Amino acid sequence: MLNGEKITKTILFLASLSIILIASGMVLSLMEGTIPAFNKFGLKFITSTDWNPTEGKESYGALPFIVGTVVTSVIAIIICLPLAFSTSLFIGEIYRGKKIASFIGTMVDMLAGIPSIVYGLWGFYVLRPWIVEMGFNDQGYGVFTAGLILAIMVIPYATSISVEMIKMVQNDLKEAAYSLGATRKDVVFNVILPNARSGIFTSYILAFGRALGETMAVTMLIGNSNIIPKSLFDTGNTMASLIANQFGEADGLKLSSLVAIALLLFVITGLINGLGKMLIKKI
Amino acid sequence: MKRIAILLVIVMFLSACKNSKSDNKSENENTKPVSLTAAGATFPLPFYNMAFETYTKNTEILLTYGGIGSGGGIRSLKDKVVDFGATDAFLNQKEEAELTAPIVHIPTCIGAVVIAYNLTGVEGLKLSNQNLIDIFMGKITKWNDAQLKATNPGLKLPDMNISVVHRSDGSGTTYIFSDYMSKINANWEQSVGRGKSLQWPVGMGAKGNPGVAGTIQQTVGAIGYIGSEFAFAQKIAFAQIENSAGKYIAPSLESISASAQGEIPSDTKVMLTNSSDPNAYPISGFTWLILYKDQNYGGRSKAQAEETVKFLSWIIEKEAQTMAQQVNYAALPEKAVETAKEILKTVVYNGEPLIKK
Repeated sequence: MLNGEKITKTILFLASLSIILIASGMVLSLMEGTIPAFNKFGLKFITSTDWNPTEGKESYGALPFIVGTVVTSVIAIIICLPLAFSTSLFIGEIYRGKKIASFIGTMVDMLAGIPSIVYGLWGFYVLRPWIVEMGFNDQGYGVFTAGLILAIMVIPYATSISVEMIKMVQNDLKEAAYSLGATRKDVVFNVILPNARSGIFTSYILAFGRALGETMAVTMLIGNSNIIPKSLFDTGNTMASLIANQFGEADGLKLSSLVAIALLLFVITGLINGLGKMLIKKI
Repeated sequence: MKRIAILLVIVMFLSACKNSKSDNKSENENTKPVSLTAAGATFPLPFYNMAFETYTKNTEILLTYGGIGSGGGIRSLKDKVVDFGATDAFLNQKEEAELTAPIVHIPTCIGAVVIAYNLTGVEGLKLSNQNLIDIFMGKITKWNDAQLKATNPGLKLPDMNISVVHRSDGSGTTYIFSDYMSKINANWEQSVGRGKSLQWPVGMGAKGNPGVAGTIQQTVGAIGYIGSEFAFAQKIAFAQIENSAGKYIAPSLESISASAQGEIPSDTKVMLTNSSDPNAYPISGFTWLILYKDQNYGGRSKAQAEETVKFLSWIIEKEAQTMAQQVNYAALPEKAVETAKEILKTVVYNGEPLIKK
C-alpha cells in the first residue's frame, strides 16, 4: 500500500534531484556550446582583447569583458562597503529594536526587491546627467557610472545579511563587556565585529557575486564599448551585458564565443559564491 | 485513503487534459484556418506589424511576426520553425549554402539609415563622405573641427567633444551603414569592414534603434546612425549626406526611393547604398522576406504553402505598400515589384508552382 511518508519522501527527492539535473544540464550544454570557440582560440580566448565579428576576420576574446565585469563590481563593493557597514550597525546594534531601525530595515528590503531595469532607468535619466554635469566625461556612460548603480543595487544585500550576522552575536558576551565597563565603541569593535566578522565578510562576497552577474542596469549605463576601459570614466562592457546585447544576431563562432563567456561568468560567480559559503560555515 | 483519492483525481484530471488536447488537434487540421509564423529583422517591424495585422483582419489567416533580428530570422528559417524569415542583409552564397534547400528573397520595402545628432541650435548639418568616415573612425573628435566647419560654412559649431553612438546589438541597420561606409572609403573597408556588428574604432554602444536614439537625444554632442522610420517618427535631427553625385541630400521618402531607380538583378539581391542617382539619399536599402523555394518541408500542408505565397504577393502590392509609406518606409519601385512577382512564380510545392501562370 502507498504510504504517506513514502510519497512525500519520493516527491521531495524528485524535486531535489531535478535541481541537480538542471544545474548539471546547464553546465554540460554550456560546455558543449563553447567547444568551437575554445577549439579555435584556445586559452587565448581569455587573454585576447579582440572582439571582431566582421566576416572573414572573426576573432573573439573575453579579456575586455572580464576586466569590465571585475572593475565595475569592485567599484560597486568599494562604494557599498562603508554604506552597508554603517547601515547594518545602525539597524542591527545601535538602534536595534527601535522604530527607526525597523523602518530603515524595511526600506533596505524594499530596495533589494526593486527590479534591475528600474535601477537602470533611474540611472539613465538621473544619475547619468549628474555625471555629465560634474564634468567627469561628456556622455555620462562608463564603468564608474555602472559601478555606482551596482553599488546602490547591492547595498541592500550586503546590509541585510550583515544585520543578521550582527544580531546573532550573543547578548551574554555584550553584557559581560558592558559590565566590565566597556563603552559602546569598545563593544562594537572588540565584541561584535570579531564575532560577526566572517559573516559580514561573506555578505560582501555575496554582494560581489551579485554585482558580477547584474545585466540590465549595467547595459544601460556602461556604454557598451567592446574595449578595455582606459580610465574609470571610459566606456566599457561586462560579460553579462555583452551577452544580453549580442545573442540575438549571433551564430556560428560568435554564438559559441558568447556561450564561452557565459560559462566563464558561471564559473566565476560559482567560485565567488562557493567562497562565501565556505566562510559562512566557519562561524 | 484520502491521499489515494486525491492522487487518483489528479491522475484522472491529467489524463483528461491530455485527451482533450489531442482531440482539439485533430479537429484543428480540418477546420481551423491556416496560421503563418515569421520572424526576423526589427528594421521593418513597424511596417510588418501593421501589414500583418491588417492581413489577418481581412483574411482570418493568423499571422505572427517575431522581431528577433535578421540573424535570428535566418536561423529560424534554417531550423524550419517559421514559414518565412525576414532579413535586412541578403544572404551571401556561403550563408545560402548552409541552408538545406534553396531559398528566394522577396523585397518588401526600402528603408534608410540616417545620421542623427544632438547639438543645440544647429540645424541642417551637412556631412561629406570624408567627414562621416573621420567621425566614425575617431579622427574628428571635436564639433568645431576645421573640416566640419569647411563643409558647414553657415553653421556655428560648438567647441565640444563628439560622442559617437553605435548599435551594441547585431543589426541590419549596422549592416547597411557599414556597407555604405565600405563603399565610400577603402580604409574603412579594410580596417572595419561591413557586418551586422563591427569592431568599432570609437564610440559607445546602445541597444536597438530606440537605445541609440534615446542616447543621442539625452546627450548633447552625440552623433549616431538610426533607422529612418524611427528617426522620422521621433522627429530626431539628422544630417544631410553627400551622395555619389556630390550633392547633399536629406533623407526623405522621395530621396530614399530614388536610390532604387537603377537596375535590379533578377534575384533582387542588391545593396542600394551609394546609389548613382543624383537625387538619391545614399544610405538606403531593401529589406527582404526569405522563404524556401520548395515549400514542402517539415510536414507543411499545401494550404499553408499557398497562403504563404498569397501573403507575399499581397505585401508587395499597392495596398501594403501604401501602409509602408504611412510608417515612413519608401515603397518598392515598379521594377522591383515585377521582379519579386517573377520570383514568387518560381516557388513550388512538390515541384508544382503555387502561382498558376
